[in-house]
Amino acid sequence: MSIPASGTPALSIREITKSFGQTAIIRGVSLDIAAGERHAIIGPNGAGKTTCFNLISGRFPISSGEIYLNGERIDQLPPHKINRMGLSRSFQITSIFQRMSVFENLRCALLWSRGYRYSFWSPLWMQRELNAQAEFLLEDLNLHTRRDLPAGLLSYAEQRALEIGMTIAGGASVILLDEPTAGMSNTETDYAMDLIRRVTKGKTLVMVEHDMKVVFDLADVITVLVYGQVIASGPPETVRANPAVQEAYLGALVE
Amino acid sequence: MEIVLISLLNGLVYGMLLFMLASGLTLIFSMMGVLNFAHASIYMIGAYLAFTVSQVLGFFPALIIAPILCGLLGAAIEIYGLRRVHHNGHIAELLFTFGLVFIIQRGVQMTWGMLPMAYRVPAILDFPLFTVYGANFPAYRGFMLLISAGMLLATWLLLKKTRIGLIIQAALTHPQMASSLGHNVPMVFTIVFAGGCLLAGLAGVIGGNYQTTEPGMAEAMGPIVFVVVVFGGLGSLAGCFIASIVMGVIQTFAVVIDYSFIDFLKPLGISVTADNLLTEILTVPVARIGALLPFAMMILILLFRPRGLLGTRDT
Amino acid sequence: MNGAFGKSWLWIAAVAFALLLPWCFYDFHTARHSGFMLSMLSQMGMMIILALSYNMLLGQAGLFSLCHATFFGIGGYATVHFLNAAGDGDLPLPMEIIPLLGGFSGLGLAIIFGYMATKQRATAFAMITLGIGELMATAALMFHHFFGGEGGVSTNRMIDHSLFGLTYASGVQVYYLILAWTLIATLAMFFLTKTPLGRMANATRDNFERAQFMGYDPRVVRFLQFSLSGLFAGIGGALYAITYEIVTFDALAGPLSANALLMAYIGGTTVFGGPVLGAVLITLLQSGVSLMSNSWLVYVGVLFISMVIFAPSGIAGLIMGHKPILRAGKLGQLVVPYIRVLVPGLLLVLGFVGLVELTSFLTIGAAQGKTLVLGGNKIDVHATMPWLVSAIALFGGGAWLRIEARHFRRVWDGLMADLKSADGKAERVLA
Ligand SMILES: Nc1ncnc2c1ncn2[C@@H]1O[C@H](COP(=O)(O)OP(=O)(O)OP(=O)(O)O)[C@@H](O)[C@H]1O
Ligand SMILES: [Mg+2]
Repeated sequence: MSIPASGTPALSIREITKSFGQTAIIRGVSLDIAAGERHAIIGPNGAGKTTCFNLISGRFPISSGEIYLNGERIDQLPPHKINRMGLSRSFQITSIFQRMSVFENLRCALLWSRGYRYSFWSPLWMQRELNAQAEFLLEDLNLHTRRDLPAGLLSYAEQRALEIGMTIAGGASVILLDEPTAGMSNTETDYAMDLIRRVTKGKTLVMVEHDMKVVFDLADVITVLVYGQVIASGPPETVRANPAVQEAYLGALVE
Repeated sequence: MEIVLISLLNGLVYGMLLFMLASGLTLIFSMMGVLNFAHASIYMIGAYLAFTVSQVLGFFPALIIAPILCGLLGAAIEIYGLRRVHHNGHIAELLFTFGLVFIIQRGVQMTWGMLPMAYRVPAILDFPLFTVYGANFPAYRGFMLLISAGMLLATWLLLKKTRIGLIIQAALTHPQMASSLGHNVPMVFTIVFAGGCLLAGLAGVIGGNYQTTEPGMAEAMGPIVFVVVVFGGLGSLAGCFIASIVMGVIQTFAVVIDYSFIDFLKPLGISVTADNLLTEILTVPVARIGALLPFAMMILILLFRPRGLLGTRDT
Repeated sequence: MNGAFGKSWLWIAAVAFALLLPWCFYDFHTARHSGFMLSMLSQMGMMIILALSYNMLLGQAGLFSLCHATFFGIGGYATVHFLNAAGDGDLPLPMEIIPLLGGFSGLGLAIIFGYMATKQRATAFAMITLGIGELMATAALMFHHFFGGEGGVSTNRMIDHSLFGLTYASGVQVYYLILAWTLIATLAMFFLTKTPLGRMANATRDNFERAQFMGYDPRVVRFLQFSLSGLFAGIGGALYAITYEIVTFDALAGPLSANALLMAYIGGTTVFGGPVLGAVLITLLQSGVSLMSNSWLVYVGVLFISMVIFAPSGIAGLIMGHKPILRAGKLGQLVVPYIRVLVPGLLLVLGFVGLVELTSFLTIGAAQGKTLVLGGNKIDVHATMPWLVSAIALFGGGAWLRIEARHFRRVWDGLMADLKSADGKAERVLA
């Protein structure tokens, strides 16, 4: 199943730790994620999954350790620089531009990667290609009927879809999704997973997810994070069979 | 030498007055995330109320009554105003308190008139406390120091020893936790806001006759207090204290220094004869630059320490 | 596309109106324009620029600045010096271009101060800008060479060099120059909202973290937006200098910064044209009410606070709120409820104004030796009657308004619910 790692891993985490004040939340996590891999991170509530994402994406500084993206060190960089190097993330708590229209949300997400930077001289209504891409994304996310609605007025599932759309819009090669299907109904989850599969084709995907069905369906590699430490990492079958994992986490959920 | 000692003392008095205002501002800000623009306006109201009350009952009752009235006013502002705009975000709250500045400003002028009030130092405190090399240190300034030090101690005890104090402290260090503490948050907000206003009112009572009680006093004090809070680091009481004292001392010293930049350049053999903007900057005496110093210092510190002296949090 | 030019007829109408307006107050006997009108209209032009450029910060980027007048003022001071140089023949530039130089002065200073202030956002940003504003205001009184101290610096706008051969000796010529620059600035600022920077300013306003994870450094966005808004404020200041031929401390001090905020917010920060409304309204009030009453700042303050509490999207936002109802052709159903709210509302306002004026005449007015005159009758501010009437109007009107406001709310919500369900149906038909 898993794509063989060729050369440097897309994302490489070396012994990172993170403490908030006195409490150590991440206590030495190391991971190598190969290019094109679909990697799921699971673990009980408060295990530090979101914190891990925050560290990788540069939202919080790490306390110690190193993080490499395609072989380049990123752990001292601010989020926007990390993003420009090809890493994009979504948020567990939906993070969109509430007062802007759905279309504008997507178009904004496209801007940097399409080379517009901080331009204050190019009128957006004349950027045919950019607008077409935004419209295309809109269709792809099945949000075209909501095109001009302020994003804050979308339904929950629609906002989650928009969140995913904005995360992948910039064309990043490494995508981190934090519980993309949390709080969704079954049909919505199926739809969202279909969407994720479609839009992340050929990319490296790291996903935090609680829904085991989704995880075992999609992931090439699963990492189990408990109390800030990796207790197991490997292909789904091995992880499923791992007694420590069964004891700590899976036993209650699977079967 | 005498001038240094007296100026140091005067700076301390002024610094403590600043701290009484700035600490209230910091507490409110740390707890509620609101910067109360009307803080100096409450200070002004405190002074005016103290004047009116002291005319009827005398200075010492006014010392108690005026701050309490200011505290009540603060509670009313929080309950009927701030709480209603809270859900619109911090900018809305800022704007709200900003609007209050105008209303209070004009309201005070309408109630008490445009002229300075004859709010004087009480007779029993109106004597020189001691004399250093022929320069007097008025007893009232000593009294001010006493009051502000007492207030500082009281606030400190309140923060350390009471339940609500502990909650406030927790909120100082972990702002996002304030709401998850499970306490009656709106009530804590009201108390903190009222407490801050009470401090401002007290500062007004003792500052009103140290400076002059007139409609421009809020406008004169406001910016300095904000500078102090930023300089010390938003949300840091210790930083706020240092900044208050530093600012107080610097300002009182600047007034008595009769030098200009060019005087420092003279030993290097530089002098100016031309007459343009640059030479003007070089020849303006420090005494006149005094008013400009706090703002310049604030900008300087922000360049090198964006979070202020001891600040640890962003806004 | 239609978003960009959809409301263009409104703008064209406004421009036509502005072009014609001076002639409505033309006195054909003396063959002269009304000086008062011209100066008020000119004032409106520069205030529109000031308010719109302020809204580039507050409305579009969510930045609460308190030093906007600094850039307006510096544009003004610089323009005085440019005009003086041009008058001496040292600056061979036509009058029509000079406002741009004022703009560049604003831009230059905004780049310097923006570099410092935009390191922060939200509250800290507001405080730093407060410090910057105070710094500049203090400096303006200190350095006489550039700022002229208390008296300010003055100039003569007849530099005898114009693209169109105009002398700018008369107020109308100046008015049309201002109108032209107001238009240019407004269009340019509108254009900016349609560029990547303008959009990312909105984005960082709504959610700066998300903007970061899309490759944008929010600080750079803030910085550019701040600098550009300084450019336009500088143009406004240049027009000020040209109109009044003197620039004093007032053009750069705190009250004008506050005014920029009031105009933008009361007009409405969520709609591009909102600040224009605010600037027109406040300028009208300022030239009208401030002549009649000492206490106009109280009124503006109360209006502002009421807007913050009840109508955070400003007048323009209130108007825009009616759009769906208008489109459904149901505006008629609001007429009666509006009248029912307006009557007690008016009573409340009258009562409030009465009390404020009475108080004000008791203290300030007495000190100035003025008496309160209403409809030719002198009113004794020490009598009980006027106070009682005002108080009753205020509290009675207030209580009545509460009831009517609730009624209005019901009608409004009912209408909105109707529209929503109608929308829903239409969608289902489409699907
Ligand atoms: N900024 C912060 N300051 C202090 N503690 C934090 C902070 N962010 C997270 N934590 C703590 O770190 C721990 C891990 O949180 P995290 O959100 O990473 O868990 P998670 O694995 O994503 O859980 P969930 O499944 O609920 O999303 C929690 O105990 C949380 O309280
Ligand atoms: Mg999480």
